[in-house]
Amino acid sequence: MRATIESITGRYMRLDLKGREHRIYFEEAGQGIPLVCLHTAGSDGRQFRGILNDPRITRDFRVIAFDLPWHGKSSPPAGWQEGDYQLTSADYTDIILTVCRALELDRPVAMGCSIGGRIALHLAMEHAEEFRAIVGLQSSAHVHPYYDTTWLHHPDVNGGEVCAAIAAGLVGPNAPDAHRWETVWHYMQGGPGIFKGDLYFYKVDGDIRHRLSEIDTSRCPLYLLTGEYDYSCSPADTLETAACIPGATVSIMPGLGHFPMSEDPDGFIAHLLPVLSEIAHR
Amino acid sequence: MMPRPDVLSLPELVNANERLVHRGRFLTAVMRLDIGADAYLISIDRGRIAEVRKGPFVMPSWTFGLSCRADALDRFWQPLPPPGFHDLFALLRRGDLTLSGNLQPFMANLLYIKDVMASLRSPKETA
Repeated sequence: MRATIESITGRYMRLDLKGREHRIYFEEAGQGIPLVCLHTAGSDGRQFRGILNDPRITRDFRVIAFDLPWHGKSSPPAGWQEGDYQLTSADYTDIILTVCRALELDRPVAMGCSIGGRIALHLAMEHAEEFRAIVGLQSSAHVHPYYDTTWLHHPDVNGGEVCAAIAAGLVGPNAPDAHRWETVWHYMQGGPGIFKGDLYFYKVDGDIRHRLSEIDTSRCPLYLLTGEYDYSCSPADTLETAACIPGATVSIMPGLGHFPMSEDPDGFIAHLLPVLSEIAHR
Repeated sequence: MMPRPDVLSLPELVNANERLVHRGRFLTAVMRLDIGADAYLISIDRGRIAEVRKGPFVMPSWTFGLSCRADALDRFWQPLPPPGFHDLFALLRRGDLTLSGNLQPFMANLLYIKDVMASLRSPKETA
């Protein structure tokens, strides 16, 4: 019997968030500059398996992917059954900063996708001094609601199936089948109402169109990479966002969709490597 | 632009796909599809396409409806659709697709319905 053991290690940390104890799961691989990876709404850190497993990246970067509370292998806090999950800008920022400080990361690079790409803009705006660079994937300042998210958490609709159906459409048409369906599977596994609760941040609370000019890329470089086939955060949305941020670097990735690091890791990493190289040599 | 696929060929395309029929096994409904000025009533029986009728209709009854700009669906059905046209929700986001009727069975079977619509994309069938 032969098995390939990946070099990723997964551990749990216990820490307080908003005064409540949480149990947070995180995975890491590599050494060097910390690279903190933030998953999309309704998914978890497995989306970054390609990054965590790529020696071209882990040679110079300590890649860390944690599951947000309520996601993946991170538990909701005790008493969760008494309320609905709803992510806000303030809470999301606090979670990221607390995790980075708990791990004693020295000015990490933050790289987030979708909601992670949105909060990356918040971090660049409000906490530039704490980060070496910010990489926003599928990053925009706002998304107009275009479907009724009530259906994502409704007793007449299977939550895993409908979240998967929403996510499946956002994958680029040429994504390798295995990675496409792995990406969709993560959505099938989300807890009830979690994708919807994340989208509250994405579509309602996290709108920062009017504040983009506060981002100072001379304090913290900002790189925005967006897949050509994303219709949730379209290339036009990212370009419009970047146009308001002097010094932001933008790259539109042909063929890729909303989950570049998960739907086509190899295709995405080809775009990411030059960005990481530039950050490493700054 | 390739010729528009024939919606009347849906029974043949969908019913030959056992996995797709299985995915829709809990859906029995009439889906109205409007493509520009053309209307269709697609009867689904436990995931199988039982019948497709082309309008015009007199007092049609249906469960849920999809109404789409014809030029948008033409792009959706290309073997490799351009960005912004590769998924029903991409068309929804653009405002090229509108939904109506009882959307509970539509959302409960969303992946199935997306794939039923995409089954017309087959290059073999659209050539």
